[in-house]
Amino acid sequence: MRPASNVFGEAWRKPAGRAGAFLLLVIAVSALVGPWLLPDPLAQPDILAGSVPPGLGHPFGTDQLNRDVLARVVAGARVSLSVSLLAVGLSVTIGAAVGLVSGYWGGVVDAGLMRLVDGALAIPRLFILLLVLATMDRVPLPALIVLIGATGWFATSRLVRAEVLRIREETYVRAAEALGARRRHIILRHLLPNTMGPLLVAATLGVGDVILLEAGLSFLGLGVQPPTPSWGSMVLDSKEVLVSAPWASIFPGLAIVITVLSANLVGDALRETLDPRSA
Amino acid sequence: MTHVLEVQNLRVSFPADHRRVYPVDGVSFWLDRGETLALVGESGCGKSLSSLALLQLVPSPGQIDPGSVIRLADTDVLALRGEALRRIRGRRIGMIFQDPMTSLNPVFRVGDQIVEGILAHFKISRAEARGRALQLLQEVGIPDPVERLNAYPHQLSGGMRQRVMIAIALAAEPEILVADEPTTALDVTVQAQILEVLDRLRTSRGMAVLLITHDLGIVAGRADRVAVMYAGQIIEEAPTERLFANPSHPYTQGLFASVPRISGPLQRLTPIRGNVPAPSAWPSGCRFRPRCPKAFDQSEKEPPLLPVEIDHRMRCWLAERDG
Repeated sequence: MRPASNVFGEAWRKPAGRAGAFLLLVIAVSALVGPWLLPDPLAQPDILAGSVPPGLGHPFGTDQLNRDVLARVVAGARVSLSVSLLAVGLSVTIGAAVGLVSGYWGGVVDAGLMRLVDGALAIPRLFILLLVLATMDRVPLPALIVLIGATGWFATSRLVRAEVLRIREETYVRAAEALGARRRHIILRHLLPNTMGPLLVAATLGVGDVILLEAGLSFLGLGVQPPTPSWGSMVLDSKEVLVSAPWASIFPGLAIVITVLSANLVGDALRETLDPRSA
Repeated sequence: MTHVLEVQNLRVSFPADHRRVYPVDGVSFWLDRGETLALVGESGCGKSLSSLALLQLVPSPGQIDPGSVIRLADTDVLALRGEALRRIRGRRIGMIFQDPMTSLNPVFRVGDQIVEGILAHFKISRAEARGRALQLLQEVGIPDPVERLNAYPHQLSGGMRQRVMIAIALAAEPEILVADEPTTALDVTVQAQILEVLDRLRTSRGMAVLLITHDLGIVAGRADRVAVMYAGQIIEEAPTERLFANPSHPYTQGLFASVPRISGPLQRLTPIRGNVPAPSAWPSGCRFRPRCPKAFDQSEKEPPLLPVEIDHRMRCWLAERDG
């Protein structure tokens, strides 16, 4: 087992991992800094002019309401990234907690939790989300995050449980038990740190999934609500002008593709580092 | 005087094909303050499992049979659950495991692992615990203990790691130390050093030591008494000198015949034929019968522990026939 910093270092040495990490970094930095340098994403300077093709004033052009597409893509990055990071953070936390408890306690607790997870995994996630979101008039951003997070931990909990089952048989866990270590201590100090690797991979790949999911939901009008720009809702907004002003949907679409691709590249590089046989 | 540890009729069962098998089948022994009892036997004879049972650490689906008794002075260990059980583990009985390479968590510093052992049982500050950890490292003979506190397990040699394990086992100042093959994974010279450390600690702290080993060589001169195990039972027990002077059970004799001797006439080593059968295949009657060169008609019945001489008993009908 190597310290986490080494894992990042080795993943960075892989070209694909480095490319992915670099792109994610660029996207994250522009999401952080961009809004201060770019025009207001909600401003409609010349609504009668409608969509203007990419040019000097507007590098990505404007949409049918004459809003700057670059500014909106960058503002959308903020929304998409924060939704996915928070939602993944939530689902990884729940998944890890359930997996640790299930794997360490075993017995009835384990059986109960895992049957619950089996049941939840049998229903497509998108279906659950559509069902719940369709009953809501407006979807506040925090609710969207909680919903996505709360439906994304099932597979993670199984992953963590499997790791725990392996690690709890290690001699140092037996030794800690023999020396009277408290359960909480064994879980937090011995089991959790040793499941960090697979958890990290699951989290990174999860970010890509959630960005796609959020984009999909927003495209269906069930995710991030206008006028807040998100990549999915931007594609939805400009679908009427897809032919006359393709740039208004191509750029947010590209942003989705590049971000998801980068997250997956990083996730795969981390996984290969942690388990060279999976390459 | 009551014994520090008394085990009576310990039986551990595992489910196998719609029945239960007993890898530990009626083991009884006791330990007094400051003495070493060696539990000797081949792999698979149930010695490690017996020691794990002392702290209710039998791996699932194994179970300790209800008739078994494990008593720590006045405490009935098998009646304990949860927090009460945890307080016994490490505090009354400390344990050292066979492989120092895997008994330490690779991702934590050695010092922190000792400190955790102390904090599991004493309400003192982390800084105080660190001070004690330092003392413990000195006590087990680790050079540069201040530096070693901050080392990760992989930065230490096998012998050093085993010393650290001993320090961890001593962290809560137990009355009894169970050492399960503490030197098997180590070089011969390091073995001697580790046994030396154990001996010294036993004397200075007045601890009782249960030394589990397959190696009769390390028993001589270290243990006060020896109990030889075969197929889940103790088959011979005696004070060490008496056992070495007069090994009586054919299995014990076989063990001695298979160990090379440094002095005396040159002899061919005689291995014991066959292997220890699996718990599900233990024969009826005397369990050593199929491998025993001296088996006779009475071996078809299961022998109890019979007296050979004072304090010396064996599970063999020969004690009755020849004795």
